[in-house]
Amino acid sequence: MRAIVWKSATVLILIYVAVMGFLGPVPEREILYETIRNLYFHVPMWFTMTAMFITSLVYSIKYLNTKQESYDVWAVEFANGGILFGFLGLTTGMIWAQFTWGAWWSFDPKQNGAAVTLLIYLAYMVLRNSITDSKSRAKVSAVYNIYAFAAMVPLIFILPRLTDSLHPGAEGNPAFSGYDLDGTMRLVFYPAVIGWIMLGVWIVSLRVRIRNIKDKMYESSL
Amino acid sequence: MKLIQSVWFLVRKDLLLEWREKNALSAIVLYVLSTAFVIYEIFISTEAAVWLALYWVITLFASVNAAAKSFIQEQGNTRLYYYQLVSPQAMLISKMLFNSLLMLVLALLSTLVFALLLGFPVQSTGLWFIVSLTGAVGLALTFTMISAIAAKAKNSGVLMTILGLPVIIPQVLLLVKLSKVVLLNVSFIFIRSDFIGLVAIDVVVVAVSLVFFPFLWKD
Repeated sequence: MRAIVWKSATVLILIYVAVMGFLGPVPEREILYETIRNLYFHVPMWFTMTAMFITSLVYSIKYLNTKQESYDVWAVEFANGGILFGFLGLTTGMIWAQFTWGAWWSFDPKQNGAAVTLLIYLAYMVLRNSITDSKSRAKVSAVYNIYAFAAMVPLIFILPRLTDSLHPGAEGNPAFSGYDLDGTMRLVFYPAVIGWIMLGVWIVSLRVRIRNIKDKMYESSL
Repeated sequence: MKLIQSVWFLVRKDLLLEWREKNALSAIVLYVLSTAFVIYEIFISTEAAVWLALYWVITLFASVNAAAKSFIQEQGNTRLYYYQLVSPQAMLISKMLFNSLLMLVLALLSTLVFALLLGFPVQSTGLWFIVSLTGAVGLALTFTMISAIAAKAKNSGVLMTILGLPVIIPQVLLLVKLSKVVLLNVSFIFIRSDFIGLVAIDVVVVAVSLVFFPFLWKD
């Protein structure tokens, strides 16, 4: 019952976001014009990615404390989900950048930071694949996950703020609050963040279930 | 007290081994000399920006190579032996100290070789040494922990670079930024905030490593 409620809520919120995001009123601003709608699709991707990586970190710490295998499965699937949303964030950002900055990739510190973050988590997946023993794999990759998160924090939250950037929110470039003076965008933006995060959790929970079924099938085939 | 004692014994053991076999140091000296020579043959003379880029690329890869051995050589029976004798923290700190020493030598050496072959475009010499030596220690600290992780996996050599390079990027960005400032004749005030950032990253790296290394050490 609870599952039906929150899953249908996810679908309804995302339908609302899609309809209002493409058709709803937006403030008219120089340079941005209609591309301002990307706020509903690009920024929530990063919120979701960060939420997923933080959850993955929490599960890794839990795993190290308890050595319970299910926590490791959640940690890796949340990291996978974070990677998925990270790539979506990069793609939506690049499309937007092509129409406002004039190039898909302009070596902006925020773009580079996001790309390197994805590299770190892809390395986490490579590390997992190169350890065969499942206990040791879970432990070593949990440690790297924590280490990687500590490295990611300066990369996407501190360093880009110290250097010049074209990205909205950097010096001289107003962020979302500077454009949305009357608050019309907030009515779509906040539900969008919540909706995408809920969709992410949904995807992750499905993948965890598939992985558990696969493990059971493998065990019974032995 | 016991921690300091065991760290001291472990560092002394590593130094003694190094003195007898001389493989890490000689490998690094040759690495720096040969890469610097290749660069010299290719570029002959370089602009300051290229000089810096090459310097940090060489130092970066040398430190990956230098740190890679530190835990891979402690496998099997020796690892078990140390596991019974010393605490994991002592093991990690001793490796970090040894790698830092190695990297200090390496940084000084590559500055020297670069200055000889490619010239020395830096104007604030004192600050250059502060930045490059702190940077070298930071690289050593980070890669020591990465090597502890990579040692647990197959093909650990490749993993060292895959795991280490993305993680090291914040430090490298700060180092390049700092050393570009140091090219000009400036006082410490100009680099203070970034320098503090660099040291802060090192502190975080050491703290996270100290907390989580015991999980790796215990099999």
